[in-house]
Parts: sequence; C-alpha cells; structure tokens
Amino acid sequence: MPLVASTTVDLARLQFATTSIYHFLFVPLTLGLGPLVAIMQTLWLRSKDERWLRLTRFFGTLFLINFAIGVATGLVQEFEFGMNWSVYSKFVGNVFGAPLAIEGLAAFMLESTFLGLWIFGWNRLSPRLHLATLWIAVLGTWLSGYFILVANSWMQHPVGYKIVNGQAQLTSVWALLSNNFALRAYLHTILAGLIFGSIVMLGICCWHFLRRHETDLFLKAAKLALIVAVPVTLLQLVVGNRFGEAVTSAQSMKIAASEAQWNTCQPCGFSMFQIGGFTKQDPTPSFSIVVPRLLSYMATGSFSGQVQGLNQLQQQERRNFGRGNYIPNVRTIYWSMRTMAYMGMLMFLVAVLGAWLYWRRKLEQARWFHWIALVAIAFPYIAATAGWILTEMGRQPWIVQGLLLTSKANSPNVSTTWLGISLGFFIALYVVLGVVDFVLMRRYAKPGGAPPEPASEPTPVVSY
Amino acid sequence: MNLQNLWFVLIAVLWGGYFVLEGFDFGVGMLLPFLPRDERQRGAMFESIGPVWDGNEVWLVVAGGATFAAFPAWYGTMFSGFYLALLLILFFLIVRVVSFEWREKSESPRWRRVWMWANAGGSTGIALIWGIGLSNLLQGVPLDANGDYAGGFWNLFTGYTILGGIAFVLLFAFHGAIYLTLRTVGDLCERAHKAALRLAVPALAVGAGYLIWTVAVAVDHNDKSVFPPVLPAAIAIVAFVLAAVCVYVGKNGIGFTLSAVGTLGVVATLFTSLYPRVMVSSPDFANSLTVQNASSAHYTLAVMSVVAVICVPLILLYQGWTYHVFRARVGGDELTGATDAPADSPAG
Repeated sequence: MPLVASTTVDLARLQFATTSIYHFLFVPLTLGLGPLVAIMQTLWLRSKDERWLRLTRFFGTLFLINFAIGVATGLVQEFEFGMNWSVYSKFVGNVFGAPLAIEGLAAFMLESTFLGLWIFGWNRLSPRLHLATLWIAVLGTWLSGYFILVANSWMQHPVGYKIVNGQAQLTSVWALLSNNFALRAYLHTILAGLIFGSIVMLGICCWHFLRRHETDLFLKAAKLALIVAVPVTLLQLVVGNRFGEAVTSAQSMKIAASEAQWNTCQPCGFSMFQIGGFTKQDPTPSFSIVVPRLLSYMATGSFSGQVQGLNQLQQQERRNFGRGNYIPNVRTIYWSMRTMAYMGMLMFLVAVLGAWLYWRRKLEQARWFHWIALVAIAFPYIAATAGWILTEMGRQPWIVQGLLLTSKANSPNVSTTWLGISLGFFIALYVVLGVVDFVLMRRYAKPGGAPPEPASEPTPVVSY
Repeated sequence: MNLQNLWFVLIAVLWGGYFVLEGFDFGVGMLLPFLPRDERQRGAMFESIGPVWDGNEVWLVVAGGATFAAFPAWYGTMFSGFYLALLLILFFLIVRVVSFEWREKSESPRWRRVWMWANAGGSTGIALIWGIGLSNLLQGVPLDANGDYAGGFWNLFTGYTILGGIAFVLLFAFHGAIYLTLRTVGDLCERAHKAALRLAVPALAVGAGYLIWTVAVAVDHNDKSVFPPVLPAAIAIVAFVLAAVCVYVGKNGIGFTLSAVGTLGVVATLFTSLYPRVMVSSPDFANSLTVQNASSAHYTLAVMSVVAVICVPLILLYQGWTYHVFRARVGGDELTGATDAPADSPAG
C-alpha cells in the first residue's frame, strides 16, 4: 500500500488498515489477560491467599485500561464498513452482517454488562458470584472474537452463500459458523491472545524483579504467566502451521506471495531470508537461505507436496476472472509472514528460558533475562500486526476472495477529501489515545507506581 | 407479520432500548458541569452510571449490527451518506468512553476537569447528532437511483432536524436528572430534583413541538396519514407531561418510568412515521429505501430472528439484574445509611 495514497480506494484501505491494526493492539490483550485475571481471582477464592487478590487487582486494572480503548476503537470498525465501504456492505450484508449482529447480541452485550458488574460488584455480590461475573465477561470476549473471525473468514474463504441480483445471500448459517477457515483462524487468534496475556504479564513481573519490588508477589504471577506461555507459544507454532494449510487450499495466491514463489515447485524449500526476488521482473533472489522441502510440508502437510507459483496462479485467475493483476504485494507479504513466524519462535524461546530459570529458582535474580522479558512485551504486538497485514494484504486485490474486488467496494459518494479528513482525524485521535493509554499503563504497571493495595478491605481497585 | 416488518420493529426496539438506557446516562453526563456542588458530588454522578453505561451503549452497537444484517442497503446508504455526522458521533463516543475510564486515574483537578467536560460534551454532542440524523431519515435526503446519498453535509440541517437534535438533548437531560433523583442521596438528590423540574418545561415544550412537527413531516414528506403516527406522538407527550407532574409531587420512580415511556414514544413516532420506508428520498421520492427494497433475504432474517428471540430476553434479564444489584443510592457530600459502608463505596 503506498504511503501517499492518491485514490479513494487507497485512502479507504489505508484508513481501514490503520484503524483495524490499532484496534487489534488492544483486543488480544483483553482476550488473554481476562482469563489470567480470572484465574488469579479463582486462586484467591480457593486458597484465601491475599497475594492472589492483590495480583487480581493489579492486573485487573491493566486489563480494564486496555479494555476501554478496545471498546472505543471497536465502534469505529463497525461504523467504518458502512461509511467507507458501502458497496461492500450492500454486497455482503446478508452474510457478513449476521455474525456481526450476533456478536453484539450474544457476546458484546454479555462482556460489557458483566464487566460492569465485576468492576463495581466487589462488595455487592458474594465472592463466588462476583468471580462468576468475571468469568462470564471473559466468555463474552472469547465469543465475541469467534463471531468476528467468522465474519472475517468469510471474506477469506466464502462458504454457505449464493449470489442473487449482485448480492451475496446466506444459504447455510451452519456452513458459515463451521467454516474450516474460521475455526482455525479462531484457534490461532485465541492462542495469540493468551500469548499476549502471558508474555505481557511475564514482562511486567520481570520489570518488578529488576527493581526488586515485591519480588515474592510477582514471582507467583510470573509462575502463572510461564505455565500459560510455554504451552501456548509452542501450540501456536503448530496451529499457525496448520492454519497455513487452510490458507493454501482457500487462497493459494496468498501462500505463493508469502513465499515469493513465482513458479510452481515440487518439492519446495522454505526461504528463511532472501534479498531480491520480490517482483515479476526479478523473480530470483540474489541471496537466500533455503530449508529444503520445508515449504511443501508447511503448505500441504507433506514433504513432497506441490505449491503453485504466482505466475501460474495469475494465469489461472485471468482465465477465471478476466484481465487484471491478481498478485498481491509480494515483498510486504513475504516479510510480514516471516516477522510473525520469527516473533512466534522468539516468544517460545523466551517462555522456555523463563521456565528453566524458574525451575532453577533463578528467575528473580537473572537480570539479563528481566531485560529480555521486558523487551519481549513488544513481540506479540509486532507478531499480531504482521499477521493481520499478511491476512488482509495477502487477499488483495480481493475484498471478498473471488467475489468482489477491493477497488469496486468503496463508497461511491465519499470523496478523497472526506476520506483524507477522516483519516487525519483518526490518526490524530488515536495518537492522543495511544499516548495517554501508554502513560497510564506504564504508571499502573511500573514498580512502585501504583503498588497493589493492601488487601484488608476488598475495595474495588478500579472505578470509572 | 413478515420477517422484514418484524426486523423493522426490532430495529426500532433496539434504538428505543438504546435511547431509554443511554438516554439517562447521556443526561447525567450533560449535567456534570452544572449540577454538582463539588468534586465529591461529581464523583457520585459518575458512580451512578459507572456500572451500567457500557451495557447501555451496546444497544447502539447491536442496532448498528442488526441494521447491517437485516437491511444492508439502509446501513450502507445511511452510514456513507451521513459521513461527517457519524464521524463526529464516533469522536464523541470515543472521548466519552475513555473519560469514564481515565478520569479516576489522576487526582489532578485539571485532569479531572478535562474528562468531565469530555463526558459532558460527548453526551450532548451524541444526543444532538442522533436527533438530527434520525429526523433526516424521515424528512428525506437526496438519494440517487442506486439508493446512494447524493447530498452534502449541510443538507442534513433544516429547522425540523435541528429541532430534533435539541429535543433529544433536552429530553435526555430531563430523563437523566430524574434518574439521579433515584440514585443519589442528600444535597445532590435535591439538586437533581430541582434540575429535573427546571428542565421539565423546556424539554416538554421542545419535545412536544418536535413530535407534532414529526407527524406533519410524515404527512408532507412521506405520504403518511396523520394516524397512526399521531398515536405514539400523543402517548409520548402525555407520558412526559405526567412524568413532570410526578417529579413535581415527588413520585420520582413513577416519573422515571414515564419519561422512559415517553422516550420509547419518540422512537415509536419516528419509526411509525417512516414505515414502510426506512430512508425517505427527497426530492426524488421514488428513490426512497423501503423495508422491502433495503432488506436481506428471508433466510438471513429467519436466522437472525431465532438469535434475537433467544438473546433479547436474556439480555433484558441480566441487564435488569445489574440494575437490581446497583440499586443502592450513591453518596453525595454526606455518607448516610443509604450508601454502603465507607470502605465499600467505589471511589468513582
């Protein structure tokens, strides 16, 4: 996507990319930190150990600061379909609108209402009921994610529809809800959320170790974070790989672009790193590190599988859909895939290292690791952003794979001027929100900044 | 009733739920700069809506999502057509959401003042724009043969639509003041009561004027008879008058119920006046979007109906329970037996 966008479609795309990437900086932390806080509160209720209560409140505050922006920026996403993409909205509303509406009715209502109960219910509800409100809110956030991914996955791999009078119409809601693509994308996203929660939590704990602040307390939280982080980072490597197979069958072009694979190969090596080879004119990299047969395995599940090349796919698409360029931006897709995957591996290493140190009872002293864990807070953010760039830009030029081109989907009556104004407006607003949010998160997370209160009276830690 | 009509009614219900619920928390927000005597009372006002505003706002999210699913053409045309208006609404919604969360995070008076004004400005702005926007659906906006909006931003402002905006602001402020009389104690409660009485006359005058004008616009611009739109309009006016009387004699609980009925009446008047159209086109009336030509196919509507039939009663149940849990009044400058013990009352 060009930085200086000139057409309305480019501007609308840039705006959607900006607002949705921003939105997704907050969503996965909510998905992951929610259950972790709920586990801590459950442990408090089970063990009556006051330290768990203090941790519940400490991380609960961070969870809520983060949640508020997630809600606010989510509204923008819902409105933006209609505002900037009215042709798309009218084309897909029958199918795509349904999971969005169900998300509101069945999930978002639940999480908003029960989170309000949790925040203000500390003394008005019995401890068990109060804990239940948090678990229900967490259930709401997880359900919410499912319906949103059902909607998005239909854009990647349309199922359960027919085209009538130039509109996609739903024919099977079960096909929509059980879309193989959606189920894998959902698992991938939930694991990403848990990685966010546990890696961010581990980083914050290590920050406290670094300052030797409340070491005993944060060691408990670090243990919990590691118990989650080790298996989920490992599982994510496997699931991410399986998800790649779903993409191969639904969106061959995306896989070919993410590998900069210009010509069909069998078996195919996986390019770890390469210089050049990203354009049709220059299809052969001047330097590359290739692992033999690995791409065949990742894309097809077999070490001798065939992966179609960009040139062959382009010819095929032209036969099916007419003239046009059906190849996405290969360089961006290639690097976003690698950024995501390498970050995933790094986080796994950080988690394993942390667990090993914990097991050797050295976690709270290993200052070098504290710095690594602190820096690693950035990794899930980078990985998730790269993942969405891969998913969305890899689908181009389609907005709905094989059904509607992005270039024909924007609002015809919204001019470049308005798009420019709204884009500038969102950027300005989001920068301010981001700065304030960062300052607040930092203040409440940092050692001695807002220390976990003594737990003698369970007053609510956060109120609006 | 066919499913298209059912969904037209359901979307009216969702907007109705949104304005009845978020209406009072908008009202409380609007009164923040004027009503409280000091920061503690202001905190109590925030606290009175703190646990519920987010759940209230979801009614809008659901109304938007339901419109997208059930009437994609309406959703696409309205959202792309009312571009700047919706951009402003998003701005106000966002600053309002973060004001609830961030205000408490610092003791600095200046910081708190910023977020108090953000909340008050957001509440007023959103009410004003929804009043203007929804009135435009009925009064008619230029639509082309594809059903796309062909006007500009300034097309949205006429005497009638501006009156609609002001009516929404005043009615919500009135509704919010009555809510506060039910949820606060002592001095703050008395001040809220006075505010409700003071707001009653302008809210009633503007609200009644707007409703009558709405019926006239329905007849003029939307080819409707006076009946049925006049029926919900009359119910709304009577409900608001009785609400004011109840507040005057100190029956605030009944007064609040009646102002909720009045708010539902306003939404019912608008939607009754619209039907069977969802967005009137003017001057080319034939380009209007209707319940028929803007809707999704039968199957989608059927699926959505099943979901709504299961979810809406559940939502009413658990949101009702939330109000029950937080029924205790919140403290102003004195702590009384009506509030929880000091350690107990949320700081906000």
